Amino acid sequence: MLELATFSLLNGIVYGLLLFMLTSGLTLIFSMMGVLNFAHASVFMLGAYLSYQVGLWVGFWPALVIAPLLCGLVGAGIERYGLRYVHKSGHVAEILFTFGLSYLIEELVTMIWGRNAVANNVPAAVDFPLFTLFGSTFPAYKGLMMVISVSMLVFLWLALKRTRMGLVIQAALSHPSMASALGHDVPGVFMLVFAIGSGLAGLAGVIGGFMLLTQPTLAHAVGPIVFVIVVVGGLGSLAGAFIASMLIGILQTFAVAIDYSLVDLLRALGFVITRSTPSYEFLSIKVATVAPTVPYLLLVLFLIVRPRGFLGKRDV
Amino acid sequence: MNIALSLHDLHKSFGATPIIRGVSLDVREGERHAIIGPNGAGKSTLFNLISGRTAPTSGTMALHGARIDGLPPYQINRRGLARSFQVTNLFPRLTVFENIRCSLLWSLGYRYNFWRRTDALADATERTEATLERIQMTAHRDTPAGVLTYAEQRALEIGITIAGDANVILLDEPTAGMSRSETDSAVALIRSVTQDRTLLIVEHDMGVVFDLADRISVLVYGKLIATDTPAAIRANEEVQAAYLGAAHA
Amino acid sequence: MSNTRRPLNALKIGTVALVALALLPHVPGLGSDFGRSLLSQMGIAVVFALSYNVLFGQTGLLSFGHAVFFGLGGYVAIHVMRAINHGLPLPMPLVPLAGAAGGLLCGLLLGAAMTRRAGTIFALISLGVGELVYAAMFMLPGYFGGEEGITASRTKGFALFGLDLGSQLAVYYLIAAWVLIAAGLMQAFARTPVGRMCFAVRDNAERAEFVGYDTHGVRCIAFAVGALFAGLAGGLHAINYEIVSADAVSAQRSGTVLLMAYIGGAGHFAGPILGAVTLTWLQTSLSGYTSAWLLYLGLFFVLTIRFAPGGLAGLILMHGPIFHTRSFRRVLASYGIALVPTLVMACGAVLLIEMSYRLSTQPELGSRMRLLGIAVDAASVWPWLAAVLMLAGGFLGFRGTWPRVASAWERASEEAGAHRAVEAS
Repeated sequence: MLELATFSLLNGIVYGLLLFMLTSGLTLIFSMMGVLNFAHASVFMLGAYLSYQVGLWVGFWPALVIAPLLCGLVGAGIERYGLRYVHKSGHVAEILFTFGLSYLIEELVTMIWGRNAVANNVPAAVDFPLFTLFGSTFPAYKGLMMVISVSMLVFLWLALKRTRMGLVIQAALSHPSMASALGHDVPGVFMLVFAIGSGLAGLAGVIGGFMLLTQPTLAHAVGPIVFVIVVVGGLGSLAGAFIASMLIGILQTFAVAIDYSLVDLLRALGFVITRSTPSYEFLSIKVATVAPTVPYLLLVLFLIVRPRGFLGKRDV
Repeated sequence: MNIALSLHDLHKSFGATPIIRGVSLDVREGERHAIIGPNGAGKSTLFNLISGRTAPTSGTMALHGARIDGLPPYQINRRGLARSFQVTNLFPRLTVFENIRCSLLWSLGYRYNFWRRTDALADATERTEATLERIQMTAHRDTPAGVLTYAEQRALEIGITIAGDANVILLDEPTAGMSRSETDSAVALIRSVTQDRTLLIVEHDMGVVFDLADRISVLVYGKLIATDTPAAIRANEEVQAAYLGAAHA
Repeated sequence: MSNTRRPLNALKIGTVALVALALLPHVPGLGSDFGRSLLSQMGIAVVFALSYNVLFGQTGLLSFGHAVFFGLGGYVAIHVMRAINHGLPLPMPLVPLAGAAGGLLCGLLLGAAMTRRAGTIFALISLGVGELVYAAMFMLPGYFGGEEGITASRTKGFALFGLDLGSQLAVYYLIAAWVLIAAGLMQAFARTPVGRMCFAVRDNAERAEFVGYDTHGVRCIAFAVGALFAGLAGGLHAINYEIVSADAVSAQRSGTVLLMAYIGGAGHFAGPILGAVTLTWLQTSLSGYTSAWLLYLGLFFVLTIRFAPGGLAGLILMHGPIFHTRSFRRVLASYGIALVPTLVMACGAVLLIEMSYRLSTQPELGSRMRLLGIAVDAASVWPWLAAVLMLAGGFLGFRGTWPRVASAWERASEEAGAHRAVEAS
């Protein structure tokens, strides 16, 4: 039991960190430009594919750097040649534009790499047990993933709080016209932020690619969860996104490991439950089966109890 | 004399910053009451508190004797208080006619009605036409509000505010940004549309204030330092020191 | 705003629509079972897209989970159909009402919570709720039948006046009748007091609160009405296909209806109708030829947002003011000229896309294929080169002809302006 709990917790933290890497880029773009980038998970997927492809050519370690950079370039292109023009039609048009892009990226990926999952296996360089606990091993790539995401977090925080660029970004965020009047290139800053956000998604994609299946449906598999995190954490709040990511990561990992249903619980409490009990089908659903819906259940719960999310300040 | 709107020891802070620091005021039924004060005195915040846009940190408000503090804007509006905004706040894609009609549907009792055709509601059409006539916008009735000129939008802003049944009207700087002649016609408009109603107005233009108001309150740094007739306010030394002096400095 | 002329117009449009819907399945080309089935699908899509626009175009609620109500309405309908199969004395043509009731109920329950927020957050919530309902379907296979779905027969059971739905033509007429009723009701809803307030809340929710309206209440009502008609469309779907499966509530279906409404033009009542008909037609006619259908759809959508935010309806209405000018013919002629390089460009793009798809998704079919009537071998370099040249050349040509379109437009709008000025004086 202790073993199960420890490993579920560790895996939950790893998964939560991965989710946070994804969400941080999304939150950065949102709090900066007010645009919810629906194509964010698609860029994440693109990162997974690019790291796979680049990894085939030049190996894993260079790919770890190159793939996020390429994703950043893609992000810059999306902002420069698409979003910038859609901006004048309002936020809904911007959301829809990125939503359309998510269709396009999914199909482009299909067009290049096919409909089936590519063999994006854990690279040999990080495929060894990092430590052994209770007789089970914890793989090194999960350790690497934790290191990368935590250092990214620290880097992001320092960059925003301590550098001149970060200050300009924060200024452009709260007062775009004022920052522009002071001579800062606001469109340029927007493009940069979009590129950084996309690069972060790409970095998450490199790691996520071999933790999850690298296939064209990958974006749809993680996208909705990421958006739920954004709502539960409070739109535009990095700290809230962190709490929500960890919460969902850990809850979901634990749920997967629990092979019991309400029937088992009721029986343990002394109730007599048979197949003919009303709503037996509902009661007999195992917690593990419900695991994929945990984020959405949390969403509905928050909607009823605290519609603003953990740390949401403003009504958006 | 009956009290239309009564504020008692109203406080509002944003974070640690107090903006409204204990305002108590009784606005009499049927009077035109102006609130003046230097920039940053908290005039717009006070309006936001009264109209329910933001909730007060402490203190009470009553409309015709019934408590309204803590109520959402629509509840306060239904109890008979309507406001205009300093920054024009219309329904930009709807026509001028629709802007006005949407503003009086609730007070005519149509509420969430989903079985009657709005065009067939004779009283709504009639009231809308009458309001358009009063704000002299009949010629623009089919124009989307978003493409009107600034002065026209300001007139429509007032029209939306007075269209319904509200008997307490709050106008937030209705003549801001207007030319002299536009201001004059706006004052005439305000005078006519607030006949038999209670008016609370925030205004920077002293000409407008002393022309229109029965009584004036002076708000300085979140506190009322005087409430009196225009003549008395003009003569009040404290006001001159705190406000008129500052304005001329 | 001519208050007296409006109902007459509605009557006229209704009559024209009635006659057109009655004659359509006998038009050459649509007279086959395939054509009638296509028309039936279009009808379902029209109701669904219109119901979506009650949320989006009318109330400003961007939903990514509208298929939830289509699907749940469909499930209620298919269960009612099964009950009819087993002897429930209810005429089959009324089954869509059961779907509508199901949609309304779910819309009220979920909508009450979902519409507490608007804007971006609402969009995200709708996405999450859509995923939740979709996942729940698979957990309760007894009620929803999982991937296989629930089946029923539309012909077995109580028949009113000997009416039966054996032929596709009869199904089409049933759907057409419901399309008329639903479109009429949604149009009527837009004109009721609360329907007008939906537009006001879309434009400026804050101000609506200061004229007495609880925006949550208005949004909730609009949401329930949208869900009701989505459920009705789901009921029509149940009758048409005699099966409802989890795919009816999928994110894909939610996305498609959004695309239909937007591409057609959400700002106009007829927009979603146009979008639903166009996309359904494209889907059925293209998906047989290409596996890249979704890519084309995505491209179409992104181009619409970027260059024609008013959608197809907006593009058409844009020509209203210049329709009677003398320069209008010049505008049409300039379109004709610009069309040539556009087509070349499109052909190049199609060639590239189709060859890539073939190589990556269907390698088992080999590299030889027929595209636009020409045999090409995707393994050789020539077709790729030709495609790139067509794309680039078409693009340059398009840029070359565009100024002509622009100047023709300028002239035409000047003339239209002058015309209006004369009329006004």
